[in-house]
Amino acid sequence: MTYADPPLRHSSWLPPLRFLQRYPHFLEVAYDLTHNMLKPFRRWLKRGGAVERVFIPLEAVSKGVIFDCRMCGQCVLHSTGMTCPQTCPKNLRNGPCGGVRANGHCEVIPEIKCVWAEAWDRSKRMPAYGKEILQLNPPTNRSLRGTSAWINDFTGDGKKTPMGWGLDSKP
Amino acid sequence: MTPPLVSGSRLERVLKSGRFAVTAELNPPDSADPQSVYERALVLSTVCDAINATDASGANCHMSSVGICALLTRAGYEPVYQISCRDRNRIAIQGDLLGAAAMGVKNVLCLTGDGVQAGDQPEAKPVFDFDSMTLVRTVRIMRDDGHFLSGRKLDVPPRVFVGAAENPFAPPYDFRPHRLGKKIEAGAEFIQTQYCFDLPRLREFMAKVRDLGLDKKAFILVGVGPLRSAKIAEWMRAHVPGVWIPDEIVNRMKGAQKQMLEGKKLCIEIIQQVHEIPGVSGVHVMAYRQEELVAEIIEEAGLLPRRWQNESTESIVVRG
Repeated sequence: MTYADPPLRHSSWLPPLRFLQRYPHFLEVAYDLTHNMLKPFRRWLKRGGAVERVFIPLEAVSKGVIFDCRMCGQCVLHSTGMTCPQTCPKNLRNGPCGGVRANGHCEVIPEIKCVWAEAWDRSKRMPAYGKEILQLNPPTNRSLRGTSAWINDFTGDGKKTPMGWGLDSKP
Repeated sequence: MTPPLVSGSRLERVLKSGRFAVTAELNPPDSADPQSVYERALVLSTVCDAINATDASGANCHMSSVGICALLTRAGYEPVYQISCRDRNRIAIQGDLLGAAAMGVKNVLCLTGDGVQAGDQPEAKPVFDFDSMTLVRTVRIMRDDGHFLSGRKLDVPPRVFVGAAENPFAPPYDFRPHRLGKKIEAGAEFIQTQYCFDLPRLREFMAKVRDLGLDKKAFILVGVGPLRSAKIAEWMRAHVPGVWIPDEIVNRMKGAQKQMLEGKKLCIEIIQQVHEIPGVSGVHVMAYRQEELVAEIIEEAGLLPRRWQNESTESIVVRG
């Protein structure tokens, strides 16, 4: 287990649409569209309901084939260059570690390119959300793993930070 | 005038008074004998301002950093407690920080940590509950706001000087200064870098750091260390995560009559050149199991005596 957050089981038998990540601007537009499309239905978007039961597999498959999504339940794709930070073997959500190899590949899994090197390149081609890569992401809420990030986005659960985070003024 | 001190640590005092700081790394023993720590600390204690206690660096298991720090503070030495996110979750990390501070630790260095695959027990579960940025911010929250990440109040917060790491020598190079900015924004007050063997790359990095004004917001200590031989240099760049050694350096080592002496000379040269780069506040000297060599290098690089050794009284102003 070299991944802190291992790939999901279905990811091996679904057709990978990873090539879509080469068009980060298209993806950020698609992100906005999905968000706006779901907005009118927000009163039905509740955790633990029938809608979530439908959303979970839908999300796992759609984001799985494009992003190799690990279902962390709190999607931050638009602030990480449309690159899933959970696919980083160290689960880093705030930038690359110091171990990136000279050829730009991952320290842990030498065969893959550094997730954050990709995220950085892609965010440069994202006029709408590209700058968000410079913002600090709060600690991951591990209890949301396996839940629907789309629903959590509307209920506010996805953006909820630990009680003590941001309670006082920033240092 | 010296800015107010938040931790009262010697490292903080040296840096804030504008002096060039020297820190050194202590190699953790594979032993339960405190003497093995003290033997190494004794060599380093007079040549540096603070001693870094590594947290299973390279994912190899050794005596824990919190244990080493406890031994060091007990004997009056000044440690830098290294915390990596690889082995412990947020509950363990926050608890250990309180324990360390209670034992007199005044400096912490927040690290991501090398992957488990790099070490002697690659079958271990990698934790990485925090990343280095959220770790830095959590330590600052505990210190400045006086509560846990959960919001629960601390009776006495840990007064520590907060550090983080940066590696200017790993891609994506143009992201590195921004990542440093993000760490400083999260709350890092001093920075220790990975080994520097590539001065042009460091100069380029520091130019961007100065453009962003980051050298005014945090103290940057550049990591340096001697190479023992050309063969070890090649091994290090292939196997130690994050270490970049350019071909010119390896070739220079290969061409030398006495490779060990050349490695030492090279390290001293790098220290002297790093000293000249604007925005650099100090050096962090690391050498695998060669504490005596580290002491010689610091002396021959002209960084002795450390001024605090002559200070009879140490005035500490702790922020209220």
